[in-house]
Amino acid sequence: MGFKSYCFKKSLWLFHFGGASCNNCDIEILDCLTPKYDVERFGMVLVGSIRHADVLLVNGSINKKDKPRLLEIYEQAPKPVIVVAIGACGCTGGIFAEGYTFAGPVDKIIPVDAYIPGCPPKPEAILAGIVKLLGKN
Amino acid sequence: MGTDLFYFLIYPGFLFAAVIGAFLSWFDRKITAGVQFRKGPPLLQPFYDFFKLLLVKETILPARGAKGLFLAAPVIAVFGATMAGVFILLPLMNITTGFQGDVIVIFYLLTIPSLSYVMGALASGNPLAAVGGSREMKLIMSYELTFLLVLAGVIIKSEQSINLHQIILIQQSGTPFIGSLSGVLLFIVAIFCLQAKLALVPFDMPEAETEISDGIFIEYSGTPYAMIKLSKYMLLFILPAFIVAILMRGFSLEGINILWAVLKLVAVVLLLTLIRNTNPRVKIKQAIRFFFIWMNLLAVIAIVLAIFGL
Repeated sequence: MGFKSYCFKKSLWLFHFGGASCNNCDIEILDCLTPKYDVERFGMVLVGSIRHADVLLVNGSINKKDKPRLLEIYEQAPKPVIVVAIGACGCTGGIFAEGYTFAGPVDKIIPVDAYIPGCPPKPEAILAGIVKLLGKN
Repeated sequence: MGTDLFYFLIYPGFLFAAVIGAFLSWFDRKITAGVQFRKGPPLLQPFYDFFKLLLVKETILPARGAKGLFLAAPVIAVFGATMAGVFILLPLMNITTGFQGDVIVIFYLLTIPSLSYVMGALASGNPLAAVGGSREMKLIMSYELTFLLVLAGVIIKSEQSINLHQIILIQQSGTPFIGSLSGVLLFIVAIFCLQAKLALVPFDMPEAETEISDGIFIEYSGTPYAMIKLSKYMLLFILPAFIVAILMRGFSLEGINILWAVLKLVAVVLLLTLIRNTNPRVKIKQAIRFFFIWMNLLAVIAIVLAIFGL
């Protein structure tokens, strides 16, 4: 493992994109930052600007209004950027997959590196997904 | 020439200040985590952040904006922090005696990083960055006068000496300035000036993360952002070191005294961190009022007390 990828893995900055979400996944993502789970142990912090982000967390179903915004956000992010789809809606569309405003799950729009299913996924599941992702590259 | 370059680049300039500042930044984050009952990041976290931004991430230039100034601003910030660091740390580490009037030069050099952040923000062409830049400008205007009054108080207490080495020597032969009533008042004012200079929480409206998405730094990514982080690390070391020099007797680096030097520095940073963690962000109007009325009043009282020798 090279020095560069080691530094990258040790300092992942998260940017949170919420689609047309029911806000349950958003709350579970924020749970990861609270004292009980504390992802800052792994050097992860939530940043305010997409320009500083290394990980793009996408949750909620992506509808026709969200799609151009998600594309824009992804193109604005400095590469390399890891995309993580969180929750049933982010991974597949969930119960909204048949809806007339639905614009496809996240991986139809931008390349996705990790899927964390669940409705909503527990914070433990989100942490496990990120650990697996870090083991992969 | 060779020794000057060594002073500037390695010790006590650029490299030394950056490494110590990075460790102080870790200390700041660890204490923050402790206050919030979290565990906090590992010891080398500031280095991981810096090298990730420097080596791995892509640099994106704004499509509409002055690209040259946008890229030059972080370099100017690092340069200003390094110059100020050299002039503060040379007398403080007892390497050379500095020159007559270096306190005034340090005061101006310490403004360069903040001013260059404003330049970079306005060059990026982003509306949120412009909001942040205008706030940073107002903040500079409000705390600079107060900081100058603190320096005036220190100069009066040190028998009209404007040489940093002389100020340290006077304290080391007598009592440190913080041991008197006017010294305590000056220390309180100086701590709040530092909080605003470092843009820590009560006065972090230029980069308000939740409100204007990192404000002045919103467009920075990759290597330029690494430079900004570097200048922030260096300022987190040299500003508390400056306070230790002008009010708390400076460092003496012999035997057990090194421990005292480290403890003084860490105590000032701890104080800044605790203020940052126990206060909400104020509005820019409130910050200006706070500095222009209350802090200036306190500084003037301290100067009057200092003239009467208290």
